[in-house]
Amino acid sequence: MARAVSNRTKVANTAIAGALGFLMFFPILWILFLAFKTEEDAIRAPLEVLFGSGWTMESFATVQARSDYFKHFSNSVIISLGSTFLGLLVAIPAAWSMAFVPSKHTRNVLMWMLSTKMLPPVGVLVPIYLIFRDLELLDTRFGLTIVLMLINLPIIIWMLYTYFKEIPGEILEAARMDGATLRAEILYVLTPMAIPGMASTVLLNIILAWNEAFWTINLTASNAAPLTQFITSYSSPEGLFYAKLSAASVMAIAPILIMGWFSQKQLVRGLTFGAVK
Amino acid sequence: MGQIQLKQVSKSFGDVEVIPPLDLQIEDGEFVVFVGPSGCGKSTLLRLIAGLEDVTSGSIDIDGDDATAVPPAKRGLAMVFQSYALYPHMSVRKNIAFPLKMAKMDKSEVDKRVANAASVLNLTDYIDRRPSQLSGGQRQRVAIGRAIVREPAAFLFDEPLSNLDAALRVGMRLEISELHKRLDTTMIYVTHDQVEAMTMADKIVVLQAGVIEQVGSPLDLYRTPRNKFVAGFIGSPKMNFIEGAEGQKHGAHAIGIRPEHIDVGNSGPWKGVVGVAEHLGSDTFFHIHDTGLADPLTVRASGEVAFSYGDTIHLTPREDRIHKFDERGIRIA
Repeated sequence: MARAVSNRTKVANTAIAGALGFLMFFPILWILFLAFKTEEDAIRAPLEVLFGSGWTMESFATVQARSDYFKHFSNSVIISLGSTFLGLLVAIPAAWSMAFVPSKHTRNVLMWMLSTKMLPPVGVLVPIYLIFRDLELLDTRFGLTIVLMLINLPIIIWMLYTYFKEIPGEILEAARMDGATLRAEILYVLTPMAIPGMASTVLLNIILAWNEAFWTINLTASNAAPLTQFITSYSSPEGLFYAKLSAASVMAIAPILIMGWFSQKQLVRGLTFGAVK
Repeated sequence: MGQIQLKQVSKSFGDVEVIPPLDLQIEDGEFVVFVGPSGCGKSTLLRLIAGLEDVTSGSIDIDGDDATAVPPAKRGLAMVFQSYALYPHMSVRKNIAFPLKMAKMDKSEVDKRVANAASVLNLTDYIDRRPSQLSGGQRQRVAIGRAIVREPAAFLFDEPLSNLDAALRVGMRLEISELHKRLDTTMIYVTHDQVEAMTMADKIVVLQAGVIEQVGSPLDLYRTPRNKFVAGFIGSPKMNFIEGAEGQKHGAHAIGIRPEHIDVGNSGPWKGVVGVAEHLGSDTFFHIHDTGLADPLTVRASGEVAFSYGDTIHLTPREDRIHKFDERGIRIA
C-alpha cells in the first residue's frame, strides 16, 4: 500500500523545497542582476540595486575590452574536453579489467584511487609547481590538461567501473562463444550497453574540469588561462569591481550552465543507473 | 564432427580443487547430460569445455586436436546460457546473425541462415523485436537460434530451462530433443533436474563434488546404479534405502528398492502405517511409517488405491528389483 501523505504535508514540503532551492540559486541570480548594473549601482543597498537603478550592458563591454573572453573560453573548452578524452582513454581499459577480470587487489586499488581525492590539493601544490616549472609546463594548455585528467581520473574510473559491473558477465561470455575477438566484444557488445553510463561520465567530467579552480588558477598566468582565471582577475589588489566581476562570472558559467541544463536528464539517469534494477 | 575427449582434466580455484582429475569421452552426435546436485562442478566442467575457464591440468581434445589452449571463440562450439545472455541492444535478427557477422560471412548467406533459423524456431514474427519485448520461452528460442546458425561442432547448454515455468519447460525439453534428432550434432547439457537428464540424454554423466560417479545410458543408471548416490539421485520418487537386519538378510550392508518396485496389499512380508498419500491420478505415492525398515518408506501404487491416513498396509518388494550395497555404498553385483 502506498504511504498516505496528506495534502497539507505535500504543500508544506513543496514550499520548503522551493525555498531551499531558491536559497541555493540566489547567489547566481544576484550575480546575474549585478552584471547588468553600473559599478556605482552595484554596491548600493540590495533593494536599491533591484528597484532604484537602471540596467546596462556596460560591464560586459568593459570586461570584453579589458580581457579576451574568447581566448579564455577556448582554453576552458580545450582543457575540459581534452582532459575528459585522455581520461577515458586510460579509464575504459582500467575499469574494464577491474570489472571483468578482477584480482584480489582490485578492491584495494579502487580504494587507493578514491583516497587520493581526500588529499587536500594544496598539500602537493609545491612539488607539482616545481615539476611543472622544470618541465616548462607552467601556463601551458597541455600541462593543465594532464593535471585535470589525473585529478578526475579516480572519479572516471569509479563511475565506469560501476556501470561495467552492471553488465552481466554472461553476455560478454556469449560474445566470446559467438566468436568475437576482444576488440569486437568491446566494440559491439560492451560499449553499446555502457553508452548511457559513459555519457554521464563524460558530462560530469566536463563540468568538473570546467569548474576546477585551484590548479587552473595556480598553474596558469595568461597563455593557458581558462575562464576561472578570467573571473579571478576581477577580484584584484586594485579593489573589487562587483559589476565587472559579476559580468565575467556570468560569461564564464553560462556555457556550462546551459550544457548542464540540456543534459540534466541524461546526467541524473546516469548517476542513478544501477541503483534500481 | 563433434567428438570431445577430456584427459585427466582438473580445475582448482585458488587452493580449492573443485574438479579432481577426470577422463571423459563424448562421441560425435551424442546427447550427453551432466547432472548432479548444485555445486557438484557440472557447470564448471561445461565452462572448461567451452574455454570460458582454463583447466588447471590435463587436456581437452576436440575432434582429435588439442584445444586446451584454444580461446572459446576458436573452439567452434556454441553455448546457450541459463540467463539466455542475449544482446539487449540488438534485435532478434541481429542477435541471431551476430556469430555469423563475427565469422565475416557473406551478407546473403547470413540472411538465408537467419531466416531459416527463425522459421525453424517460430521466431519469424518477432524478428525485429528487442529481447526485452519477448517472453521467456521466446528469449530461449533466440538463444538457441544464435547457437544453431553457425553450425557448431557441438552445442553446450548450461541449465537452459531453469528460468522457465513448468509447462514451458516440458515443451522446450521436447523441442531441444527434436532439434538434436534433426541436427544430429553433439550436445552437452547441464542440469540439476534428473527428469530432464532421463528424458533427453543418450548418455548421462552423474557428478558429485567434481567426481564422476557414473556414466551410462538413462536406463543403465536406473537399472544398475554403481553406488548409493547414483541410486538415490536417479529416479523419482527417490529409492528407499534399508540398512540393518533386512540388509543382512540379502547379504549386504544396505539394500535399495525403488517405490515403484513395492506392491501394496492386505498381505505381504513388510507392514506399516500409512502417512501422507499423494494422489496424482495416474499414481499414488504413499509415505509409510512404523515399518521398522526406513522412515518413511515411499511406495508408488498405480492408479487410485484406497488406503487412508492411519491405515495399516502390507508391502511386498519385488525380489529381482532389490539393489544391494556394501558399507562404502558401492553396488554389490
